[in-house]
Order: sequence, then structure tokens, then C-alpha cells
Amino acid sequence: MHQQLKAYLKDGQVIDNSYQLVSADSETLPVGDILVSADYWKANQQQLTEHSGNVGVWIDSHEEIEDFAGSIAAVPVIAINFPKFVDGRAFSTARLLCERYGYIGEIRAIGNFIRDQLFMMQRCGFNAFQFESEIDLAAASKSFNDFSDSYQVAVDQPEPLFKRHR
Amino acid sequence: MYIYDQYDQKLVDERVEQYRDQTNRYLEGQISEEEFLPLRLQNGLYVQRLAPMLRIAVPYGLMSSRQVRKIAAISRTFDKGYVHFTTRQNIQLNWPVLEEVPDILAELASVEMHAIQTSGNCIRNTTTDQFAGVADDEIEDPRPWCEIIRQWSTLHPEFAFLPRKFKIAVCGSEEDRAAFLLHDIGLQLVKNESGETGFHVFAGGGLGRTPVIASSIREFLPKEHLLTYLDAILRVYNRFGNRDNKYKARIKILVRAWTPAVFAERVEAEWEHLKNGPATLNGNEIERVKSFFTLPDYQTVDSAAVDAEVQSLATEHKAFSRWLDRNVRAQKQAGYASVTLSLKPAGVAPGDVTDRQLEQIADLADRYSFGEVRTTHNQNIVLADILKSELFELWQQAKSAGLATPNIGTINDMICCPGGDYCSLANAKSIPVAEAIQRKFDDLDYVYDLGDLELNISGCMNACGHHHIGHIGILGVDKKGEEWYQIQLGGSANKDAALGKVLGRSLSRDAVVDSIEKLLDVYVENRLDQESFLSTYQRIGIEKFKERVYAPAA
Ligand code: HEM
Ligand code: SF4
Repeated sequence: MHQQLKAYLKDGQVIDNSYQLVSADSETLPVGDILVSADYWKANQQQLTEHSGNVGVWIDSHEEIEDFAGSIAAVPVIAINFPKFVDGRAFSTARLLCERYGYIGEIRAIGNFIRDQLFMMQRCGFNAFQFESEIDLAAASKSFNDFSDSYQVAVDQPEPLFKRHR
Repeated sequence: MYIYDQYDQKLVDERVEQYRDQTNRYLEGQISEEEFLPLRLQNGLYVQRLAPMLRIAVPYGLMSSRQVRKIAAISRTFDKGYVHFTTRQNIQLNWPVLEEVPDILAELASVEMHAIQTSGNCIRNTTTDQFAGVADDEIEDPRPWCEIIRQWSTLHPEFAFLPRKFKIAVCGSEEDRAAFLLHDIGLQLVKNESGETGFHVFAGGGLGRTPVIASSIREFLPKEHLLTYLDAILRVYNRFGNRDNKYKARIKILVRAWTPAVFAERVEAEWEHLKNGPATLNGNEIERVKSFFTLPDYQTVDSAAVDAEVQSLATEHKAFSRWLDRNVRAQKQAGYASVTLSLKPAGVAPGDVTDRQLEQIADLADRYSFGEVRTTHNQNIVLADILKSELFELWQQAKSAGLATPNIGTINDMICCPGGDYCSLANAKSIPVAEAIQRKFDDLDYVYDLGDLELNISGCMNACGHHHIGHIGILGVDKKGEEWYQIQLGGSANKDAALGKVLGRSLSRDAVVDSIEKLLDVYVENRLDQESFLSTYQRIGIEKFKERVYAPAA
């Protein structure tokens, strides 16, 4: 479902991606670092401890994380998929992972999101961005700085503007 | 009114630059049509049948005369010299050029205005009572709360891509003038037993294809919890609202599917995690925002003397007396009144005004209403805080500007959508129907005698013209490619909100006006004393009306 692009943005840097996506119905696991679907994770959590590479989990936008958020707290990467860029559920999912479940690893956006969403995505706790198609990542990074401040509380700014400046 | 500080200003300035860059990238082919769509919608830019339309936010309907003059100038420079006031208290430009929109936004930002979230699947402009702060039945001024909601909702990072558009209204008075029960969230200001302010929270109202009156989900929300509770509602909706079918995507469908009780439980469960969190309002912020909505310096007035003077002028000038009856409303401040400037003279699309009229409105505001202008969801303009002793003078000037048609709240004060003349979704034209009705009922004595009557027209079931909540509603329908009209009766947008009932089979355009006349005849024949059309209908039911309209020609 996703192309395995080499480069992605993490914490503002362009870096190489080492993770391959594994869908729920795949029979064998590739070697190296993998991102398995939430269903695969739920069904095979034990076996996955023996995998030689790093294991992360990817979550689709419709998935309710409440019933397994606890079990993924220690994985190095959680990816959240945007089936369409206008599907805004991932914004809530990312915030819940950070704010409610205390996840501190990498939260990576995958799928159909667009550059013009980066500012808000970063506010909701995404710190890594693996675009669906090849784009100029350095140019796209400018969108992180679309605004210099915000009214609301979010992952990047736990105090509202009115408590900081007014 | 609220005045921007450096943070508010910086945000709108940065938004202009963000949108300018997006427009440039779109024009250079770096952003696809599909990707640009929500980006431009979130900045109020639609592309319609004939041209793009730009919707400008008028937060809770409040503007300064300086802002009104800026809108006049923008409409002259960038458009055809007129603008349209919408049913959600906003302003629309009908003919802007896509390439020039960033410049229009920069002009707006220079007077603390913007077009942020006036369209698209995000939290829209919060609306309220046009008589806020001066209404005699007010529990508390809703405007500070609207401003607090405006700031919270502006570029909210989590809720920019909701399943569907999202509208919030706040009602601060006994009588509802904000149609708050027909909003995704309706907030009613209330006081508890200890006299503390809070909100009665309703959710899941809306018009459109499936009109629904909002359900109560929390009877008392203490004021400091407003934003965390809104976060909880929006998060539940963002996560669980339907995203597969746009006609089932409004929050009203979710509330109905889960039942209001279950929806309320889910919101409460989410709120448990957010309650008392950092977004909880403090007294400082509430007081800071309230301080912008202080009352002007009223003069002490000899009310009895002024009333006598106004009364004698009214006796002398029948037209003035009519205008006093229909367009002037008492205020809680003695000696002052609120005036509604009618944007519904016959022959003009309801809600349209010219650049020159905008400037005249600004002048009137400077002279008589402390420089403040209010827009209404009925698509008129209100000037509040008018000294009663200046009413006659104001009337004369408003009249020469074409803004004093004495028809507020009458059959000629219609809400009407753009319809088939402008809108690609229309089944039928609506503006010509409105005009035909205004022409037919041009006898002012008759119109006054009919009294309060709301007639609303939509060109299709999307219901932009609020036909479901008109006492008489007219809906354009498509019958084998021809334009027909369905009539509904008994809708109401007030606290006793009700949706209209279909009268019977649809009618051709020619038959609409005659049928309206028959409905009015039935009313006049059956009413008791001062009974309004709506009350008569509620008492006698739909049958008599139906019989008359569909009686075979004699
Ligand atoms: C000219 C082209 C226009 C188009 C194509 C259009 C389209 C629509 C559509 C599709 C809806 C239904 C939304 C839904 O299902 O939730 C809607 C609702 C609405 N529109 Fe428009 N509209 C237009 C102009 C206007 C104008 C000029 C106004 C104001 C005067 C307006 C006011 C509204 C309102 C108040 C609603 C009802 C929202 C609710 O459900 O509460 N529209 N419009
Ligand atoms: S009600 Fe229908 S015809 Fe009228 S503006 Fe809305 S979408 Fe267009």
C-alpha cells in the first residue's frame, strides 16, 4: 500500500528510512526494521520479540487505540496512516498517544497527508513525516514555520496562549 | 468590541502569507486541484457556477465602522461594488479573482479581519444574538464567550479536517435570536442556584437535508470548563463521525445514531481526561475578554420627554411610525433603542448592499451608534445604542440610503438562498420567487396587518435559505427537469424550535405566489385577536391551509 521511500523528515532533518511496512495478511516477515499493522501486532506480539530488526507498529486512521495503546508503549516507532489527507482522525490519534498514553518514541505520519498540514501535525505530536510521493523535503519543511504561535494547548505547547502571554 | 493584541494580529498576518504561498504553489502547478480545495475553503474561497466567492468572517456579527468602510473599499477594488450578508452573519464577495484573494486577505488583516475557517470541514464562525449586550431579556452578554471560542477554534491543530463543517452558536437571552438549537453545538448561558454562570450544552442540531433540533447533552457546564468540554465534543466527533458519506457526516447523524444519552456519556468520558487541564479558563482571561465588551458611555435621558417627542413625530409621519413599529427595538438602557436597517427592499436580492451603502452604514454608525455595526442571521444590519431623540434623524438618513424599508419581521423580510441564478446545486431559482412575493405583497397596510411572519426560501434541500424553520418555507424541487416548489408550514427558529411540515404536492412557479396568498387568507380568516400566523397555524393545524391551496378551481 505504501511505497517504501528512502528519505523522510524526522525532527526537522531529512534522514534515511530503514523501516518496511508489513500488512496484516503477510505470511513472512522481511528482515530488518519493520512496521507491522496493528492487527498483526495484536495477533503476533510474542513472536515479534524474536524479530532481528526493530519492530514498530502502524495504525490506520479508523483504528481505536484504546485497547492496545498500552502494549505499544515501548516500540521505537508508531506510524499513523492518512488514507486521505482530509481524514483528520490521525490528529486525534497522535495527541492521544502522546498526551494520554505517554508515548515518547517516534510518531510518524504515513500515507496521503500534504505539506500544508505539517504545522498542525507537529502540534499534535507527529515528529516524523514519510510522504507518499517524492517531494522536495527541504522546501516542504518551511511549512513547519507557518505560524510563530498558537492559541491552543497541544503536544508542542502545553499551556494556552492566554496563560503564557495575557 | 474585541481589539487584537500583537498575538492576534501576528496570527492573521501569518495566515495571509501562508495562503499567498499556497495560492502561488497552486498556480505554479505544485498543489493539485484536489489538494488546493480544502486549503482554499478553509480560507473562505468557494468556486461557484459563475465565479469564485469569498466568504469573510464577521465574528459573532460584530464590526466597527472602520471595518465596514474597508469592506466597501475592497468590494470596489476587487469586486463589482456590492457584497452579500449571509445567514451566518458573514459577508460574501461574489466576484473576486482567485489570484487576488491573498491581497484581499491582506487588506482585511489591516483592519483585524480575516476569512479563516469560513468554509470547509472545520469549526466555523461562532454566531449569536444581534442584540447582545443591549437586549432587555439578556441573562449575560454572549459576545465575550464567542470571542473565547473564536480564539480556541482558530487554527485548532486537531480539528482542521473534521468529517464535515461544524457550527457553534451561543444564546445569552430568554428569547432565542441565534437559532442556537439548529447548530452542531448550541450553548445557552444559564445561571445555577448560586448565581454562577454556566452553559446548557446542546449538540446535534442543523438544517441541510436532514434537519434536526439539537439535543441537550449537559444541563450545567461551569464556565471555566467551556474549552475543555468543547475539546471533548470535537474529539469524539472527529474520531467517530461518519467519513464515508458526506450526507451522513454531520454531528447530528452521530448523535442520533448513538442516541443523545450515549453521545453525552462518550463526551463525558473523554472530558474526564481533559477536565481541569491546562486549557481550563481562568478568571484573568475571562475578565480580560469581557473588558472589551463594556457598555458605551450612556447619557442620562429624560425618558418620558423623549418618548413623548418620538410619539408626536410618529403621529405626524406615518412612514416613521411604521418604521418605529417594525425596525426599532427597545433596549435595557433607558432612552436608547436598537435599529434594524433592512437589506430587503423589493427588487434586490435579500442581503445585498452596495459599496456606497456600506459607507453610509459606517457613517450612521459613527454618528449614532458608537461606531459599531452588527449583522443578523436574517441578513439585515443592526445599529444599537441609538439615542431615542435621534431616531427621527437617523430614519431620514437611512431612508435616503435605501436602508429604511419598514419590513423587519414581516413577510417581506425573507431569508432566501442564491438559488439557481448563482448556485450549481440548485433545483430551482429562489431570488425571482422572493421578488415575486415582495411585488405581490407591496401593500404596506396589508403587510403590517399580517404582522410577524417568517418566510424562507431554499433552491434545494441543502437548505441554505433555512426553509425548514420559516413559518412558511419554500423549497425548490426538480420535477423531470422543471423547477417546482414545495411549501412547508409551521417551522420556527425560536426556543420552541420546530421544523415545518410539507403542505402537499409541489407547485409550479406561477402557482407559488397565489398559494401564499391563499395561506394568508386562511390565516386572516381564522386568527383570534393579535394571534400571529405561526400561533394560528399551531392552533388550527395544517388541514384548512391545505384544503384552500389544493381546492379545485371553482
Ligand atoms: C452559492 C452557492 C452555495 C452553495 C453551492 C451552497 C451549498 C451548501 C450546501 C451543500 C449546504 C449543505 C451542507 C450540509 O449538508 O451540511 C449548505 C448549507 C447552508 N448554506 Fe449554503 N451554499 C451556497 C450559498 C450560501 C449562501 C449565500 C448562504 C447564506 C446566505 C448559505 C448559507 C447556508 C446555510 C446557513 C446552510 C445551512 C447549514 C446547516 O445545515 O446548518 N449558503 N450550503
Ligand atoms: S439551498 Fe441549494 S440552491 Fe440554495 S444556495 Fe444552497 S445549495 Fe444552492
